[in-house]
Amino acid sequence: MEQTLQTMLEAKANEIRKLTIEEIGRLSVGHIGGSVDLCELLAVLYFHAMHIDPQDPRLPERDRFVLSKGHGGPALYATLALRGYFPLEKLQTLNRPGTDLPSHCDMNRTPGIDMTTGSLGQGFSCAVGMALGARMEHLPSTIFACVGDGESQEGQVWEAAMLAASQRLGNLIAFTDYNKMQIDGYIEDINGLYPLADKWESFGWHVQSVDGHDVSQIAHAIDCARLITGRPSMILLNTIKGKGCFFCENKLSSHSVKNITEDMWQEAVALLDGRDA
Amino acid sequence: MEWMRETNEMRLAYSDALIERGRADERICVVEADLMGSSSTGRFQKLFPERTIDVGVAEANMIGVAAGLAAMGKIPFTHTFTPFASRRCCDQVTLSVAYARMNVKMVGSDPGICAELNGGTHMSFEDMAIMRNIPGMVVCEPVDSVQLRKLFGQIVDHEGPVYMRLFRKAPWKVFDESAEFTLGKAYTLKKGRDATVFATGIMVKEALDAAETLAGEGVDVEVVNIHTLKPLDTQAVLESVARTGCCVTAENAFTINGLGSAVADCVCAAHPCPVLRVGVDDRFGEVGKLDYLQSALHLTAADIVEKVRAAIAMK
Repeated sequence: MEQTLQTMLEAKANEIRKLTIEEIGRLSVGHIGGSVDLCELLAVLYFHAMHIDPQDPRLPERDRFVLSKGHGGPALYATLALRGYFPLEKLQTLNRPGTDLPSHCDMNRTPGIDMTTGSLGQGFSCAVGMALGARMEHLPSTIFACVGDGESQEGQVWEAAMLAASQRLGNLIAFTDYNKMQIDGYIEDINGLYPLADKWESFGWHVQSVDGHDVSQIAHAIDCARLITGRPSMILLNTIKGKGCFFCENKLSSHSVKNITEDMWQEAVALLDGRDA
Repeated sequence: MEWMRETNEMRLAYSDALIERGRADERICVVEADLMGSSSTGRFQKLFPERTIDVGVAEANMIGVAAGLAAMGKIPFTHTFTPFASRRCCDQVTLSVAYARMNVKMVGSDPGICAELNGGTHMSFEDMAIMRNIPGMVVCEPVDSVQLRKLFGQIVDHEGPVYMRLFRKAPWKVFDESAEFTLGKAYTLKKGRDATVFATGIMVKEALDAAETLAGEGVDVEVVNIHTLKPLDTQAVLESVARTGCCVTAENAFTINGLGSAVADCVCAAHPCPVLRVGVDDRFGEVGKLDYLQSALHLTAADIVEKVRAAIAMK
């Protein structure tokens, strides 16, 4: 990847992370751990890989992104605002009465959201349906989807995985936010996914495994996935839950954090600004 | 009353309607879960293979895939047996379809005792209750092929989720070719003065038989077909009970939260009067042929006659 592109995407990821921390911090509570670990993926998708037009969010030929782990909504909202789908000020309405930015993604409320998600496992099925729909409509669209690793304990994910391979959906590129944690503890202590890459391969998917916080690795993996025809692609993003937010990074308690004070989120943002400088 | 079975099975009427509309409208597609033979949608698949998806034995995924297709502008028709169409994928129907406001049409076949020899595991009496409690869901049950054919286009044209209960086999012929139906509007089969029977599905024939029996006793019963359980035609319900002063509901479903509850809710709020219910009480189904199950679960004309007499006595 060109150095200028990499620098730009890293800067975008940092901006998305700061906005996400501020968004949740101003509310003092939210799904912060599994939101901030998505920032590099979202920067690559929305500022590099996806064919989209913020001025025409429903463009039929656009690529789609389904955040099947719908609780990561706040990071996606920050990305969409930064990309120009709606004003940045709207981020301060997160989860406030009457907001267009609810905890979990809602395509009927938020410009730029391609699928309503929240009940785990369902968005992934919908993404498979969208890839089938794109094929029926002869659209050039790529359907991107992101599942959580905890979410991958849902049987529906594997029902959809089987069908996607059976239908040879080369227009479907999925990611797993593989941070190895879930609400009750470490994935492997609760209901292990290991060996996750082997599982996806055995389900007939093309599988890559990358550092989920390295924008150039993510972008390169997407480029490779686009070259694969006749098979859906899974890109395992090795991530750190709570990445870049000092009060929740790599902490089991970071799934939903309460009592975030202004001092805490301001300090977290300042630390990220410092890294910028 | 002399009854004749239709020559065509309902599933053929359903797949005919899909094919006819599908020829003109490329948005129509079919998503099945290993029961294409049961719904006869294999006929659609032969003509439109690119618009037919069989997800295999995976009902939750069937609904998610249909929601995704709807998000891309398609109008998918899903199908499985009623228990799997409703209780097995209740959350998928609720969130991926209804909450997301997806234009998905869901067909549940072999409703209630029509599951016959598949028995208690496949005998869903709660599907109407489940679907009725999902915001924005239209819930309907065509009685015969005439009604199915005439409602089908309206189901396609309705922008939003629809659940249709489908008796698959050859039904009793109830309606003439000339009958017209409107989704969401009740259909009065027989006017009467003394009591109203609101009936749906296979219970419409029983209601007409009951009305004939009661006519022999000098009791004049009105028979109204509620083919659309939701939205309920409250105006028709209230107008009818205002004239007759009492009613009985008749459904091949639980009396809890189905047609009986819907009519009672409506009547209690605006025109309190006796409302008695014929349907399945709080019990599971069992294996058997339709005749046996109708008797065992008290879904016969005689059961309606008894309840009508009781309702009139309560006036």
